[in-house]
Amino acid sequence: MKNIFLATISCLIMICVFAQTTNVKESIVRGKKVYDKVCLSCHMADGGGVPKMNPPLIQTDYVLGDKKKIIYIVLHGMSERVPIEDEYYSNNMAPHADLNDQQIADVLTYVRNNFGNKADAVTVAEVKAVRNPIKKK
Amino acid sequence: MKKIIFLLFAGMSIGLTKANVGDPIKTKKNNSADNAGLTLPSGFVATKIADGLGSTRHIAISPKGKIYTKINYNKRSKYQNGILLLKDLNGDGIYDTAFAFGNFSGTGICIRNGYLYASSDEEVFRFKLDENDQVINPNQPEKIITGLISRHEHEAKAITLDYAGNIYVNIGAYSNACQVEDRKKGSPSMNPCPILDSAGGIWKFKADKLNQTYSDGVRYATGLRNVVGLDWNTATNSLFVMQHGRDQLHDLFPELYDTKQSAELPAETMYELHQGSNCGWPYIYYDHLVNKEIIAPEYGGDGKKSTTQYQAPVIAFPGHLAPNGLLFYTGNQFPEKYKNGAFIAFHGSWNRAPEPQEGYYVVFVPFKNGKPNGPWEVFAKGFAGKDLIESTRQADHRPCGLAQGPDGSLYVTDDSKGTIYKISYSGK
Repeated sequence: MKNIFLATISCLIMICVFAQTTNVKESIVRGKKVYDKVCLSCHMADGGGVPKMNPPLIQTDYVLGDKKKIIYIVLHGMSERVPIEDEYYSNNMAPHADLNDQQIADVLTYVRNNFGNKADAVTVAEVKAVRNPIKKK
Repeated sequence: MKKIIFLLFAGMSIGLTKANVGDPIKTKKNNSADNAGLTLPSGFVATKIADGLGSTRHIAISPKGKIYTKINYNKRSKYQNGILLLKDLNGDGIYDTAFAFGNFSGTGICIRNGYLYASSDEEVFRFKLDENDQVINPNQPEKIITGLISRHEHEAKAITLDYAGNIYVNIGAYSNACQVEDRKKGSPSMNPCPILDSAGGIWKFKADKLNQTYSDGVRYATGLRNVVGLDWNTATNSLFVMQHGRDQLHDLFPELYDTKQSAELPAETMYELHQGSNCGWPYIYYDHLVNKEIIAPEYGGDGKKSTTQYQAPVIAFPGHLAPNGLLFYTGNQFPEKYKNGAFIAFHGSWNRAPEPQEGYYVVFVPFKNGKPNGPWEVFAKGFAGKDLIESTRQADHRPCGLAQGPDGSLYVTDDSKGTIYKISYSGK
């Protein structure tokens, strides 16, 4: 009885992991479509950006670090003059709040798992939380 | 105590030696065998005279042949100064050391009347030169202009001077097309465009007056989104500039422009400027395929509606090539057809994606009686090191600044790897 229980549990876990992996894979596939349409013209097909103009999306804290930060940038754009790995990038990035939560989760999951990057997925709930922050009373 | 004094002296002498001789440059010798990787018209040869300098933007060569170049440096750059004076210690034509000075990053540099002028993104300074064209007080420049707008985009303050005591400064528009929200699809345009009161044009100041601000200068020409390449043409006694045309026609108006049209449009344009010139940004862009000023889609255009309200360019080039250097050739070394013609250094595109990128070469435009006299032609190519560039960073070298040496040779800077090329005519 105990064995059957354990087997069932591990099976469920495996299904969960499998389902999640499949979900992430599907998210990456959808994310590439968003990237090609919205991001590629500035950040380039290889995610390398444009020297001193548009920042690269490869191996940078902005992409691989705190997910809230990168979600915020997609929603609100970026026009502050801040160094990224000591380099300054001149072009303003437009806000992309017109993308829905799923599209933003997908494109960021794609970016975090492409161009040599490896990081966990961005979920719809995480995007929602940044888009609609709970106001403190 | 003695020891401390000794150490102080030792430290000072090291400092002095370094300042006098400069930091070594490691340039590969004998790189002229393959013309430094460039393809040139028959009879021309090229050499890399210096390499690995960092982000070498514009370049100025004195009447006695001293080479100064402006560095746009950051924390990781080899040189933590904004200007390099290159030195060829053994006279073999390859520059061995660089004396670095000027504690400001930036793009512009120009020599006139015994002074070296150089710009940061907000100010312009000048350094007096001695009888050998060396800077006298590298740590104490005079501040000529201050308080210029630098808001993230198009911040480089390219400069040139006329021969009547005036300096011309590009103040680029801090915007792509003067939308309320820059580069955001659907964001409306501002009309009239408020940016034009303090940017998006060329401002004229006195070359010898200290601490000038906007109120001391005049807006010489307006309606120019951003100018990096500019030069005083001594044949016409007038200012010529190369405008960087707007970006993202497809991204912002996919219903009007497909990706191919958006890669080719709008034209990069050359203008001859006079006091009061208005070249039309952001209200229009130039379409070199139909030779018309097209109403910008943000201002009611449909990709076809045109006007003749603004000053027309003297010549136009395909879109997004990024003209960063302009030089009118006055030397005697090159064949006759090059005399008084224009060389343009195209930095190379990014805004052609997903189409292949283009540019990364130096072109020539023949001139006669102050006007282009024939089509433009590629003069020097191969800077990128490969034929197909899909992502801008794949280009090994990117042409940026141009200068003419006293012997009539043409010098080209690359701001990607910090290479300086010398192109000469051998006649063979």
